Amino acid sequence: MALLNIQNLSVDFKTAGGLFRAVDSVDIACERGEILSIVGESGSGKSVSMLALMGLLPWTAQITADKMEFDGKDLGRMSRRERRKIIGKDISMIFQEPISSLNPCFTVGFQIGEVLKLHLGMDRATRRKRSIELLDLVGIPAPETRLSAFPHQLSGGMNQRVMIAMALAGDPKLLIADEPTTALDVTIQAQILELLVSLQREKQMALILITHDMGVVAETAERVQVQYAGQRVEEQPVLDLFEAPHHPYTSALLAALPERAVGRKLPSIPGVVPGQFDRPTGCLFAPRCSFVKPDCHKGVKRQPAELGHALCNHPIASSGSKTSAAGGAA
Amino acid sequence: MSKPVVFGQNLSRYYEVSGGVFKKPGLVKALDGASFTLEPGKTLAVVGESGCGKSTLARLVSMIEPPSGGTLEIDGKPAVVGSVEHRKTVQIVFQNPFGSLNPRHKVGTILEEPLRLNTDMDAQARRKRAEETMERVGLRLEHYERYPHMFSGGQRQRIAIARALMLNPRVLVLDEPVSALDLSIQAQVLNLLADLQDELGLAYMFISHDLSVVKHIANEVMVMYLGKVVEAGKTTDLFEKPRHPYTAALLSATPKADPAKKSHRIMLTGELPSPLNPPKGCAFNPRCAYATEECRRSAPKLEAVGVTQVACFHPLG
Repeated sequence: MALLNIQNLSVDFKTAGGLFRAVDSVDIACERGEILSIVGESGSGKSVSMLALMGLLPWTAQITADKMEFDGKDLGRMSRRERRKIIGKDISMIFQEPISSLNPCFTVGFQIGEVLKLHLGMDRATRRKRSIELLDLVGIPAPETRLSAFPHQLSGGMNQRVMIAMALAGDPKLLIADEPTTALDVTIQAQILELLVSLQREKQMALILITHDMGVVAETAERVQVQYAGQRVEEQPVLDLFEAPHHPYTSALLAALPERAVGRKLPSIPGVVPGQFDRPTGCLFAPRCSFVKPDCHKGVKRQPAELGHALCNHPIASSGSKTSAAGGAA
Repeated sequence: MSKPVVFGQNLSRYYEVSGGVFKKPGLVKALDGASFTLEPGKTLAVVGESGCGKSTLARLVSMIEPPSGGTLEIDGKPAVVGSVEHRKTVQIVFQNPFGSLNPRHKVGTILEEPLRLNTDMDAQARRKRAEETMERVGLRLEHYERYPHMFSGGQRQRIAIARALMLNPRVLVLDEPVSALDLSIQAQVLNLLADLQDELGLAYMFISHDLSVVKHIANEVMVMYLGKVVEAGKTTDLFEKPRHPYTAALLSATPKADPAKKSHRIMLTGELPSPLNPPKGCAFNPRCAYATEECRRSAPKLEAVGVTQVACFHPLG
């Protein structure tokens, strides 16, 4: 049984201009000890779906789901009090900007200790010992002295390590990393990714990595879920996805990578992601798609697993000729 | 080889920072001796991590602030801060199009401002020029009356590029122009930049931390570390055979979008040292795997090694 099983999750935000659907019938499943990557551009609902799982969305959000199961328990049906026991302990999350997710008024040691006190009920001495262990685990040199440091005294990479230490404090079964390295330099990014993957292996955690960087996906993920405008448009194991993308969006996105470019011109995707007021009927990618057919504007159907669960009426069957055609859609 | 438009030699910029009431003020060498030339139709990329001085270099070349040392020449004449001549030749596009456009001005006003300040064109001529430029960068004419908040990130970056083009410059300094944009939009903007360069013969100074973008767009690359140039050369040479250990580490740390090719990563330990208190000798020595006594004692100079220029006592390969 999957560790995390979310079915038909939708999130609507109440805005001045009516309801805005940020996440649209998304299914997410994650096994124990697996690295799942959710990839998509801004506005694809990748962060919002995870925040909905964590219960971190503001009151303007309406969350509906057929099923939101974690470790056999239905998160959607339990009380907030019960849910808080799981959130932060069995499921924990790290965010994009470590400096703004840590409280600037308290020391690093206090903030890690808070988790230990709340979820594990440790006393002061054990907390201190465990905090030092955790900081050591995430590769912070001289952890004893770092406990009394404030976030502004540490660099971005160090702060992200502290965030990871906090997230690991309750020995989570699932770690959600929301763009953990976007705000960091490449050499530091390499260190943090390496750390996350080694911790994931060591502890056999499930890791959900939310990112927009195809390079990070290729190097870390095992299974990839591509999102576009709030919908899950494709899902495949990482090797297959890069080799043979089935959804035209995935294919065009991969073709737009500068490192895959052949000539001086990049094959770009025309247009922009649809917003609240220009949401098309039928397939949401249709206005930008180079394989669009008349029936795409009416409705769209989900393809079977062999075609990467692609949400597309005319998926790309093999990678050969059609991918290059998608490349010509500049 | 065509005649360079911009020629910089030993450019440096130091900032004095106060250390508190009783401490003596420190000196941050944000940029320390960078030399380069910009040629028409060519792109020089400047890469490095945060704090390496690449944005400071951008500010010097566009003369937002004067260098503390070295010479900067435009068409063989020394550059002066605030000269209209310089502004007409060199323009800059900033990273964040959400911050660099005035939210209270309409697109038309934003685009015409450089003309109003630096030329004596009348309103009609200004409007005509603005509309021409909008068309050139792929904005529609009805956008003239709109405000920046009505545009997406990619569109805003187009507005910023259009504004930079208003004075018909010959050099564009692009300070991380696509880092804030999504992948599909990034490709659109990079294509636009390539088109503009072909049409107008612009020289680009392209500042970026994304090596895959740099590899795609640049003719020449300059790698910086802690205010110093550590390696410079042609893009193909440098990417194929990096000589400086830092360049090699930077290249291997960049994630490649190919899961079949699991590359061997050179892991750099530690982080960028504080520019207030840089290490003695070569600035990279505390993180370098090849560092020797010599590296800790004295700083290497940028010298030609093979086809590229490298500042290292023990260049690779």
